[in-house]
Amino acid sequence: MSTTKGMNLTLKVWRQKNSQAQGSMETYKVSDISPDSSFLEMMDILNEQLVGENNEPVAFDHDCREGICGSCSMYINGEAHGPVKGVTTCQLHMRSFKDGDTIYIEPWRAKAFPVIKDLVVDRGAFDRVMAAGGFISVNTSGNTQDANAIPIQKENADKAMDAATCIGCGACVATCKNASAMLFVSAKVSQFALLPQGQVERQERVLNMVKQMDEEGFGNCSNTGACEVECPKGISLENIARMNREYMSASISAE
Amino acid sequence: MSWLKQTFTSSIGRKYAMALSALFLIIFLLQHFAINFTSVFSEKTFNELSHFMGTNPLVQFALQPVLIFGVVYHFVMGFVLEIKNNKARNVKYAMNKGEANSTWFSRNMIVSGLVILAFLVVHFYDFWIPEILHKYVEFAPEDPNRYWTETVEKFHDPIRVGIYSLSFVLLSMHLLHGFQSAFQSVGARHSKYTPLIAKIGKIYAIAIPAGFIFIALYHHLNAL
Repeated sequence: MSTTKGMNLTLKVWRQKNSQAQGSMETYKVSDISPDSSFLEMMDILNEQLVGENNEPVAFDHDCREGICGSCSMYINGEAHGPVKGVTTCQLHMRSFKDGDTIYIEPWRAKAFPVIKDLVVDRGAFDRVMAAGGFISVNTSGNTQDANAIPIQKENADKAMDAATCIGCGACVATCKNASAMLFVSAKVSQFALLPQGQVERQERVLNMVKQMDEEGFGNCSNTGACEVECPKGISLENIARMNREYMSASISAE
Repeated sequence: MSWLKQTFTSSIGRKYAMALSALFLIIFLLQHFAINFTSVFSEKTFNELSHFMGTNPLVQFALQPVLIFGVVYHFVMGFVLEIKNNKARNVKYAMNKGEANSTWFSRNMIVSGLVILAFLVVHFYDFWIPEILHKYVEFAPEDPNRYWTETVEKFHDPIRVGIYSLSFVLLSMHLLHGFQSAFQSVGARHSKYTPLIAKIGKIYAIAIPAGFIFIALYHHLNAL
């Protein structure tokens, strides 16, 4: 059992009743927070406190709390998923803060990710980008070829797997000064473009996904590299360069 | 909509166009510097090269229009994208730590770009417009030896030298991000070559603007 002294914190949290309401930053105090607790546990404690005071708890997205699902999405002290690199909000622990700190907690900010309530945003734009081409059409009537039977260059398999680790949390959009979704879309384009299974729909995939990305109102990438730094899965900018090549090549050669 | 229009109005198509215009301007700047630098050590060479650039039909009527188009496109599209990107985040963060994940230069290309645009207005007023008037409006007789004297005289004014120097510092900042960014935009990224491109970019971004400042200061101090 930890004997570390609990922390007293001031929280500045974005509160917004619904997508139509005007939101604002509200200030709350929480006390005796264990440095060993996770950031989301601290939010749970705040919510228990708010419910105890007959106030509306803070709405926030969370699911697996293991850094896998990509649900949690908080902009903490000016950084997506907080100050620790390579982790999601659920993997952030209060030991990364100091007693007496003021912590700013905001939702992802992007026109394409409208706030639903408090810290919850609608990331349906990502789903629509995926629906536009982020898949491989496979006949599953019983004659599907075993993926392991297809020889794949190890280097490409690794790169595809690295790209596929993207959990679609949206930290790249939240971090980018232009609210660009290119890191996400490029990871999804790359994971298929690098594999033999992805070749059949290779051209129409990149064209359709980029078209949908543009229609959703995301900004344009200006290569600041902020997305790569803040991505909890370390998705590389190499994927954006690959998507740019894929897109231009498909634009020129697709019929 | 034709495929070409569709491609170059898409987010990635615009990236390509911005990058290609930037790479063209980078090459142009290098040759501009090379010619200007000759003014430091040889009046004759500078006059010969300037006369060639100012009278050669290929340079004047093929390369110059491409250059003008490249400059105008790069500036106009830079502003268009900045406005679009601002709209993509309609509510700003109460607290945002941009410095935690990116350089100031990369986040403020519009600021350095605006200073460079202001510089270009001064530069055009100083050199380009008088040249165009001289050659194509007044049809003044061509003197192949006038260039060095005309250029050097401009640098006698300390205010002009100050404006030039400040502008080139901002150009350096613009290039520190822009050089390698242009390669990334056209998809030219490779584990073997990207580190080299980044190094060349840094050297170019510092050496070329510093060289322009040196030329201005040299002529200013030389005349004192």
